[in-house]
Amino acid sequence: MSRLQMTVNGATVDIDVPESRYLSEVLREDLRLTGTKIGCAEAECGICTVLVNGSAVVSCVFPAFKAQGATVETIEGLSRNGRLHALQQAFLDHGAVQCGICTPGLIMTAKGLLDRKDAAGAAVTGDDIRTALKDSYCRCTGYQSVINAILQASGQEVPPYLPATRAPGLAVGHARPNPNARDKITGNARFADDYRFPGMLYARTKRAGVPHARIRRIDASAARALDGVHAVLTHEDVPGRNAHGVVSLDWPVLCGRKVRYVGDAVAIVAADTREIAAAALDLIHVDYDELPAVTDPILAMGADAPLVHDERPDGNLLKHIKVKKGDVDSGFADADVVVDQTYRTPTTEHLFLEPECSIGVPAGYDPANYGGRLDALAVRGETARHDKTTIYVGSQIPYIDRNQAAAALGVDEDAVRVVATLMGGGFGGKEDIAGQIHVALLAEATKRPVKMLYSRQESLLVHPKRHSTIIRIRTGATRDGRLTAVQATLYGDGGAYASLSEKVLTRATTHATGPYDVPNCKVDCFAVYTNNVPCGAFRGFGVTQSCFAVESNMDMLAEKLGLDPIQFRRINALDVGSETSTGQLMRESVGLNECIDKVERDVRRESFRWTWDEGHRRFAWGVAVGYKNTGLGGGAPDKATAEVEAWNDADKGLSAEVRISSAEMGQGLPAVLAACVAEELGIPAERVSVLLGDTDYCPDGGPTTASRQSYVSGNAARLAAREAAQKIARSDPAARISVQHEYWAPKTMPLGKGGDMHVAFGFSAQAVLCEIDMRTGEVSVRKVVAAHDVGRAINPRTLEGQIEGGIVMCIGYTLTEHYIQEDGKPWTSVMARYKTPSITHAPKIVSHIVEHGTTDGPFGAKGVGELPSIPTSPAITNAIYRATGVRVRSLPVDQDTLLQAVRSGAKEVEFAWGDRVPIPTIPLGEGQ
Amino acid sequence: MGGWKNYHTPATVEEAIDVLHGYDGRARVIGGGTDLLVETRRGLRRPYEAMVDVSRIAGLNTISQTDDGIVIGCGVTHTEIVNDERIMRHGQCLAESCSVIGGPQVRNVGTLAGNVAHALPAGDGTIGLLALRGEVEIAGASGRRWVPAKDTFIGPGKSVIDRHREVLTRMRFEPAGNGEGSAFHRVMRPQGLCLPIISMAARLKIDGGSITAASISMGPVGPVPWFAEPAAKALVGGPPSQERFEKAVAIVLANVTLRTSKYRATEEYRSAMIRTYLPLILAAAAERAGAAR
Repeated sequence: MSRLQMTVNGATVDIDVPESRYLSEVLREDLRLTGTKIGCAEAECGICTVLVNGSAVVSCVFPAFKAQGATVETIEGLSRNGRLHALQQAFLDHGAVQCGICTPGLIMTAKGLLDRKDAAGAAVTGDDIRTALKDSYCRCTGYQSVINAILQASGQEVPPYLPATRAPGLAVGHARPNPNARDKITGNARFADDYRFPGMLYARTKRAGVPHARIRRIDASAARALDGVHAVLTHEDVPGRNAHGVVSLDWPVLCGRKVRYVGDAVAIVAADTREIAAAALDLIHVDYDELPAVTDPILAMGADAPLVHDERPDGNLLKHIKVKKGDVDSGFADADVVVDQTYRTPTTEHLFLEPECSIGVPAGYDPANYGGRLDALAVRGETARHDKTTIYVGSQIPYIDRNQAAAALGVDEDAVRVVATLMGGGFGGKEDIAGQIHVALLAEATKRPVKMLYSRQESLLVHPKRHSTIIRIRTGATRDGRLTAVQATLYGDGGAYASLSEKVLTRATTHATGPYDVPNCKVDCFAVYTNNVPCGAFRGFGVTQSCFAVESNMDMLAEKLGLDPIQFRRINALDVGSETSTGQLMRESVGLNECIDKVERDVRRESFRWTWDEGHRRFAWGVAVGYKNTGLGGGAPDKATAEVEAWNDADKGLSAEVRISSAEMGQGLPAVLAACVAEELGIPAERVSVLLGDTDYCPDGGPTTASRQSYVSGNAARLAAREAAQKIARSDPAARISVQHEYWAPKTMPLGKGGDMHVAFGFSAQAVLCEIDMRTGEVSVRKVVAAHDVGRAINPRTLEGQIEGGIVMCIGYTLTEHYIQEDGKPWTSVMARYKTPSITHAPKIVSHIVEHGTTDGPFGAKGVGELPSIPTSPAITNAIYRATGVRVRSLPVDQDTLLQAVRSGAKEVEFAWGDRVPIPTIPLGEGQ
Repeated sequence: MGGWKNYHTPATVEEAIDVLHGYDGRARVIGGGTDLLVETRRGLRRPYEAMVDVSRIAGLNTISQTDDGIVIGCGVTHTEIVNDERIMRHGQCLAESCSVIGGPQVRNVGTLAGNVAHALPAGDGTIGLLALRGEVEIAGASGRRWVPAKDTFIGPGKSVIDRHREVLTRMRFEPAGNGEGSAFHRVMRPQGLCLPIISMAARLKIDGGSITAASISMGPVGPVPWFAEPAAKALVGGPPSQERFEKAVAIVLANVTLRTSKYRATEEYRSAMIRTYLPLILAAAAERAGAAR
């Protein structure tokens, strides 16, 4: 221990700490300034940025003693006497705050820039911001709002960018900041790793490290004997069900017989410190009989392929999904032009900037036993004592976590409580179990609170990714531009466990005709187990993949037909009265044509050109459209229960709280729920507070997936509020009225049965302006003009955040992101090897909102969370084709192969960045 | 927790050397730490007994212009180099190369000395310094010596500087005289690879319409940053013409074995980037030389 003296946020700090500390550790652990977040601990993401002597530094690789005598500024020091700093106010005004985990880093980096410019008396430009924030990542916003907010904070007049929407009601339709945004800009927002309980232990997981092996023996005796270790658990110590899974129970809590991918958990350790826990992992000896790994989904379906799950009757075939309509043979016979092409999409990673963290607290825990007081914010409305096994976690599905943890513990669901903390991004990647069950087991085994925080590297290794796919698609059309038939075969790599593969790839399959009226189609999709990292939900849920193939073919057909690509899409666009590939009659709320019109009108002005040159830079536009279902659909029961409590506040008048377990991951659900409730109660949204995700206080809103919460939870909240309004009107003015409403979404039909497979669809049209550096092959996106049919814009501010962020995420999918695995081992083992778009990649986004309301949606609203992240990829590759004559068939675009194709006159490239083999040839039809 | 137990911040070079020797190889010199600590955090390095931080040594965190040339202390950060007018005037390629290292937060902490001592095959700042024929001062128990920067590299990450016992204290280069100019360019890709596809820098002196001195540096074209002597020589003695630049390109390509490195670039692409950008860099250096007359 040595003496460290600094000035932190204006106050003198003089503490004894080990010299081995990083600055981030001193701030977060010693000074409890948890506003500074840790995203990677490898100087990549920038969310831990603080100012040292006025300069922005990443505190995760900054030795604390380097700051000896220095002045340090963190997010907590920005507001003075409750008055927000100009940057904080601007981030609020512009909606530049979504999940909030990166917000302190963005704001502190920006403060460094503004202070420097201010001292020099210079104005801040957009380029200054792009330079200064190049390594300050955000996964939610898409950066446009961030740039505008910083410009405003620098003293320039920059009105918040908002698309035009329908006239607002009392609460619905107003652009408001998300209710939790204020805590996120001040550093008060608390994510799981920001909680600390007296007596808390730290946990780590022993991972398989090999992609496929039988376990012969696990010897944990040395680890158990290590000083400071409180428990080491293996499969023998799981008291209840040793399996979890959101759809199929095929994933061991702790592997005992076999490991199926490198990230499989074999043992878990709880110790006094994270370092001791890590040291204990090295003392756990596991003897394996390694098995051949199968890592290619097509090979995995071969008769002699190694079996990932020995006992499955279908071998490695997880599911064969079929969509059939009409007669494709006659459809192709009617076609004048046919395009038949095979595409490949990469495995990708959510890269939510908050790595997974769970804290388990044992039943009967009393902080007083450890001489501590519970942090007031940790528990709501209850004594510090925990009567139940409690799990604190940022999760997309608290009730299923509760169910799965209870099953593993061998107790009733009621004996477990899940408390949702804020979530630093999810995007589908926080639906499966991460550490939730493990911390519950360790907490009960040690009778101490136990925190399990994944490192970024562990997060990359463990949680399910977006499915890589191979998609062959044949599309036929008549000379006058009418689609006659689509036939497609898809292979999706599900990885080692089922996760949501069946559902995701069903969505890829049912959306494989695009948002078009296609009379004949036949689509076969094979979801396959391999020894790769499991794949599951990821914003777009399979449709991002199939849209790339569908919309690439559409542009190729338009060219062959000599038709304008926008007009060609318009001719075939779904509209009221048309029928989807699964036989669903579209009765209402089909705003695709209006989306196409709005985009075309915006882009195609007098001076419009599809492509032009400026020196060595070539510019080109590309277009694509997409659609995405709202809600679970496919016959799945889709319901949510909300509780609304209303009372007459002496000062404010009628006020309410809405409670539901549904998850906020930065998408802005609290703002939507508050608006829905307020509108029904006839009060401003500010008077409605929102409590989410505590299974003891909030009824079940169902999973936060499938773009369903605005619709399903929105309806539950709205209808509960309506009943509460009626009751309170008839009650004593002093009464508090509580109403629960269980809302069931309209019934849907399973795939193959025709009828309504989904309650609604959102629609998107996007035009993308790309710049290609003809010297290097580098591609950048300069501008995106987008239109989205969302039914109703309940909160245009959070809606626009979803749209801009979704588009930029899909730019990453197209240009930068590939989670690369080599023979079942991730090459992408560190964040430095996985680049999401930075502020330098962010285009100007012009957004148009289309509001074709759906009758059953709350105020007409449909889901929007996934929709913007669907058509951007083919719009970009269509632009690249227009610019270069080269068709890109595999993502993400590789400048090396693209440039070589341009120079050699090749018409296409099938190697993306990270690809090592050509795209395989796959048959159309039943295939296997 | 870091990959070290003790953290020293000596105030003088002598103190730094003493502390290092006290640990007898178990301590490591650290500048900004922006490369070193990332490797430490990723578990790529075994923990050290101590870190010896040389960024606060008195007199070594400044840039100065002396009879010895432009002298940069080991505590000087990339940001300070980028913002320094003397460096812009006398060694623009160095300012340009330092301006693309990492991100702004890294440049605010990372030092050029660390970049050079780290000896990566394509350290950007290093490439910039090489084209300026920069020299480095190495201080050890036996005293101090100046060495051409290009002679310090042994292999990827390997330097003649013993980073457990010696300190790279200063760097220097000759200020640009009349008719001298330099330029740097780097080709990157936006995917998950922090290393450049190719980084190149050049410095030209032009007198009476003819190139009288030239230097070219680049990386990665081998295990160490490359000082392209033969190509630079071929530039001397004639006008800064496209034809002459292309001759230099041909000599470069004849002298290096470009590799296809997985996920980074193919040999063909690297070659294409040298063909495209080396003439552009030389033209920019020539233009700046003309402007500096």
